[in-house]
Amino acid sequence: MMSTKNVYKPYLMRIVKIIDEAPGVKTFRLQFLNEEEGKSFTFKAGQFAEYSVFGEGESTFCIASSPTRREFIECTFRQTGRVTKALAQKEEGDIIGFRGPYGNVFPIDEWKGKNLLFIAGGIALPPMRCVIWNALDLRDWFENITVIYGARSVADLVYKYELTEWSQRTDMKLITTVDPGGETPDWNGRVGFVPTIVEQEEPSSTNTIAIVCGPPIMIKYTFPVLEKLGFTPNAIFTTLENRMKCGVGKCGRCNVGPVYVCKDGPVFTYEQLLALPAEY
Amino acid sequence: MSHRTFTITHENLLDVLTNTIAVGNRLVAPVRRGKKLFFRDVQEVQSIVFDFIQSDESPKDLVFPRVEPMLAHEYNAGNVYLIDFAEKLQPLPTILFGTRPCDAVALSLLIEFFNEGVGDPFVEQRAENLTIISIACTRADSYCFCTSVGVSPNDSRGSDVLLTPIDNDQYYGIVLTEKGNAFVKKGGDNFIPSEPKDVAQYIVTLREEFTPQEITQRLANAFNHPLWMDASLRCIGCGTCTYVCPLCSCFDIQDEGTQTKGVRLRCWDSCGFSLFTLHTSGHNPRHIQSERWRQRVMHKFSYIPQNRNLLGCVGCGRCSRLCPADMNLKEHLCTITKEMTEVKADR
Repeated sequence: MMSTKNVYKPYLMRIVKIIDEAPGVKTFRLQFLNEEEGKSFTFKAGQFAEYSVFGEGESTFCIASSPTRREFIECTFRQTGRVTKALAQKEEGDIIGFRGPYGNVFPIDEWKGKNLLFIAGGIALPPMRCVIWNALDLRDWFENITVIYGARSVADLVYKYELTEWSQRTDMKLITTVDPGGETPDWNGRVGFVPTIVEQEEPSSTNTIAIVCGPPIMIKYTFPVLEKLGFTPNAIFTTLENRMKCGVGKCGRCNVGPVYVCKDGPVFTYEQLLALPAEY
Repeated sequence: MSHRTFTITHENLLDVLTNTIAVGNRLVAPVRRGKKLFFRDVQEVQSIVFDFIQSDESPKDLVFPRVEPMLAHEYNAGNVYLIDFAEKLQPLPTILFGTRPCDAVALSLLIEFFNEGVGDPFVEQRAENLTIISIACTRADSYCFCTSVGVSPNDSRGSDVLLTPIDNDQYYGIVLTEKGNAFVKKGGDNFIPSEPKDVAQYIVTLREEFTPQEITQRLANAFNHPLWMDASLRCIGCGTCTYVCPLCSCFDIQDEGTQTKGVRLRCWDSCGFSLFTLHTSGHNPRHIQSERWRQRVMHKFSYIPQNRNLLGCVGCGRCSRLCPADMNLKEHLCTITKEMTEVKADR
C-alpha cells in the first residue's frame, strides 16, 4: 500500500490569461482545474514552483502573484530553453502542470514598521512583484516603500501596466531605469545601471530592509553600494535561482555548501550568502 | 526459529535460496556478466558468485532505479490525463542476497534519505519489500576503506540477516530484523540454531587510514585549497564514480515522448557533469571540473555530515576501482587529512 504521496505529480492548471510583457517574456495567469485543490492551495511570498509542459519537461519559476490574491497563480518567464519555448507556444485555455509551492519565504511579518527598498533588474522583477504586491496589500504594516527597477531597454521592462500604476501611487516611490543605450526618445525614467542609480538615489539604510533580485552581475555590484549606504548584511535579502529539478531537496543540483537552495532558500540574507561558497 | 543466531551449510543455503524463488520471491544476487560482477535477478542459484571482494555496481538500483518512470500523460480533446506510477508500483517481495555489509549500510542510508521530508513512494515501496542478506567480508583490497569512514567489514546496519563464512563450508548467521526472521523461518531446518559466537577471526582486518572526524574537520575551511585543482586534473568528468557509488542519489527529471503522450522519468545524474548546474542563461556556478570534483568530496564528507551527522560514503572503493583516469578517493582523503591546512576563504 502506498502511504506517501508522489510529490512529482503536478496539479493541472488552466491558462486563463496570457500577457505579453516584453520581447520573449510572457505572464501566465493560472487556475486550478480542480477547484478543491485551488481552495486548499496556499503559499507565501518568495516561494517558487515547477511548471511543466507535459512531454517537454519542467521549469522552475517563482510565483509572481501575491498570496493576498488567491483567485489565481501568476508566473512570468522568458523563452530561453526547451520547456519555456513550449510554454510560450501555449494559448489561453490550454493546460499545464504545476507543483509547489516550494522553498522558504520572505519574512515580511518581521518587517512590520520598517521601510522597504526593492531593487530589481530585468526578468528578476517577477519574484519581487509577489512580495511588492503583498506589501502594498498590507500597506499599513510598513513605512516607506521604494522600488528601483531597471532593465536593458525600455522594451525589456516587465509589468509596464503595473509600473504605471505604481508610479501614480502616492504611498510608494518607483524609480525605473534602463541601461545606457536602452532608452527611447520618449523615455522619462532614468538611464544607468541599477547599482549606479542606487548609489545616486542614496536610499537611507535607517530602519530599512533591502530586497535585491537580479542577474548575478547586478547583485554583485549592488551589495557593496548598499553596504556603503550603511545596510548591514542581515538587512539585505535576495532570492537565488540555482538550477533545480525536484524542488524538495533531493535531486542535489541546487546544493551550495550545506544548503539546498530549493528547501533552505530561495530567500537568503546577504549575511547567509557570505557564509556560503559562491556557487550560485 | 527462535534463536537469533544460527549456522547453515553452503549447500543448504543454496536450497533455501532456490526455495525463495520457487515461492514467488524475486532473488537478486551477485552474478558475472563477462568480467564484471553485477547484482541481477537470479533464476538458478548456481550462478550466484560468492568469491568476490566487491561487485562492480552497487545494488542501489533495487530501490532507486537508474531510470524510473514517475508519471505518464496523455492529451485528449483539450484535456490532460495523468497516470501516477507510484500508485501502479507493485514491487515483488525481493531477497537481495550476498551484499557486502558496506552496501547494506549504504542502502539503509539511501532509503532514509529518500524517506526524509516529503518522502518518496517509489523508494519507500521498494524498500518495504526488500530483505537484505549480507555476507561479511573475509577479504579486502587496497581500494577498500570502510573502517576509515565508520563502517566495518561485518557491519550489521541495514542488513536483515548477516552471514559470516566460517569453517567447513558453513556460515554463521545473525537475524537482525523481523524481515530477517521471516526469511530464516521459511528456511526451516536448514538453519541450525546456534549459541552466539565470536567470529571475529574470520573477518578481514582493515587498517584505519583516517577518521570521519578528521576529514570533516579538515574540510571545514578547505573550500579554496589548491589541492582540488591538483587532485582533479585527471578527471574526465565521465560520472562513473557517481553511477557506481552506493550512496550517490542525485537525479535528473526528463520528459520523453510528445506533448500528446509521454512519460516523465527520474534518471540518475552526476555532479561531475557540467550540465548538472548549468543555468539556462549560460551561467554555470561550477564551470570547471575541479569545482565539480570538490563538490563531490565536500558533499559527501562535509555537507552531508553537517546536515545529517553522517558521511555520504561507506568506503566501498568502487569509485576508485572503476575510475578510468585512476583517481583514488582513499588516497585523496589521506592527503586531505594529512596535508591540507586551513586556507582562508578569499571573499
